[in-house]
Amino acid sequence: MKHAKLGFYIFLIPVILWLFLLIVIPHIDLLLMSFKSENIYGKPTFSFANYKNFFVEPIYWLTFVRTAIYSIIVTVITAIISLPIAFYITKVVNTKFSRFLSILLLMPFWVSELVRVYGWMILLRESGVVNHFLLKLGLINKPIELLYNDVSMVMVLVYTSMLFMVVPLISVMESLDDHLIEAAYDLGASTKDIVFKIIIPHSKPGLTSGAIVVFMLTLGNYLTPNLIGGKNSLWFTEQIYTQFIASFNWNQGAAFGFLLLVLSTVIIWLGLKVTRQNLSKVVQ
Amino acid sequence: MIRSLPRSKKYNFTFVLFVILFYTFLFAPLVVTCVLAFNNSDFPSLPWNGVTLDWFFANDAHRVGIFHDANNLRSIFTSVKTAVIVSILSLIVGTFGAFLFEQEEFKFKQALYFLTLAPLVIPGVILGISILLASNSVGLFIEERLGFEAPLFAPGFWLVVLGQFSFITTFVVLVVSARLKKFDRTLEEAALNLGANRLQVIWYITLKYLKPSLIGAGTVAFLMSFENFNTTLFLVGSEPTLPINLYLQVRDGSTPVINAISFLMIVFTSFLALINLYFSKNKD
Repeated sequence: MKHAKLGFYIFLIPVILWLFLLIVIPHIDLLLMSFKSENIYGKPTFSFANYKNFFVEPIYWLTFVRTAIYSIIVTVITAIISLPIAFYITKVVNTKFSRFLSILLLMPFWVSELVRVYGWMILLRESGVVNHFLLKLGLINKPIELLYNDVSMVMVLVYTSMLFMVVPLISVMESLDDHLIEAAYDLGASTKDIVFKIIIPHSKPGLTSGAIVVFMLTLGNYLTPNLIGGKNSLWFTEQIYTQFIASFNWNQGAAFGFLLLVLSTVIIWLGLKVTRQNLSKVVQ
Repeated sequence: MIRSLPRSKKYNFTFVLFVILFYTFLFAPLVVTCVLAFNNSDFPSLPWNGVTLDWFFANDAHRVGIFHDANNLRSIFTSVKTAVIVSILSLIVGTFGAFLFEQEEFKFKQALYFLTLAPLVIPGVILGISILLASNSVGLFIEERLGFEAPLFAPGFWLVVLGQFSFITTFVVLVVSARLKKFDRTLEEAALNLGANRLQVIWYITLKYLKPSLIGAGTVAFLMSFENFNTTLFLVGSEPTLPINLYLQVRDGSTPVINAISFLMIVFTSFLALINLYFSKNKD
């Protein structure tokens, strides 16, 4: 079909404006700002000082590495918990309940992350609900602080991003033909073989897209490390926030932001390469 | 194994137990938050002191319920205002994007599509700081070269709108494109042959077909904007949105009013999520 040129430009111009004014140019500006710093006269100059600071101060790069490692751990745990849930909902439970269970699954996803994190705070803190019941049951005799440690932080990070893993997994498992599993079973395959040779390979696209989203959300999370992890568990986004809002050192903050962006891009790119997928397929 | 295959008692039992634990994990923080919104105690914790509606309606010396809490009410209003504008803007540009990528052929389409997907893999914090930096640069430029102050480019309401719009539009593009893919284009050709022009075809035929997905995308955009924290954090000025305002209160010690607000948010978002579900079900 021949398209009217006018229609084409009506579509194109807003999209171009959006992408260039709000995505491309700001990120170029971020990069440029990260190479600026003030010389001894207080004039802005081009320098690598902001990046040098990152490598010289152990607290910065240690937090960076810690954030990366914890994000990978969270992604792996999320995948391990989500696989059986997605399998149960699509293949095991009675079809009548299957739809109900998946709707139920989506509900918390819509509720603000802040509310969910707050819910965990009133469950876990020293005067919290969990401690109340532990005391009542006589399992402990004085309340213990369950917040402000890495285990709780990882648990809540898994919690906040869980659904981004379960949902794509459910959709790939729905496309898995039951006959394949039946055939394997009839031929005498063990459960382990069925899981590792049929279910997981088939779920790979869902697993990859879930992992990308979960990883990205965890890496860029600010609320959970801040409220659940507390002062002891540093997260790289908190360093960025400190540079921007507390120290007002935007150039340093820009360098940190750019490093975080590079980190997330590299890990996601590696993930796609290793699993031989591409981004536009994954997001569908 | 699956529905059609024999399953051992032990297999069923462990699986059901796992699923029950999972759903408990999923809903525990939400249920606890809601229940404690009605507890007649000055702290959001157990023991249970009986039911009260004080945290919603009270307005006396030591208890101020949410409906009399000016600070929180103002932030709810700000959030609604932001979400309405963001969803309208992103719905328009996102729909243009969907048309552009589904119905037009042009040079660099693949590259532009790739850019459109980029916000999915950029952490929200980075989007926030890059937009903050870029708008600050523009503001400085205007002030230095043109000699007047431009409050529009300082952190505040409109910057929050731009920040959220920058990534929510991507979701609208994806949701609307998915529906547009299934559209039978012979309907358009028929209309064109009957003498309609391109814009009439889009207005009277294609958009009518897209309606359910537009409503769905609109509610998703609204909810995403309403609950956004990471991007907003860096762009917010003197008018905090609800998540930012709640964050400040949670960080500095919480009262059951936060539970009351959370309760209302859970009810409200579940309601919107159900609307969204209803329209996405009607699609197929």
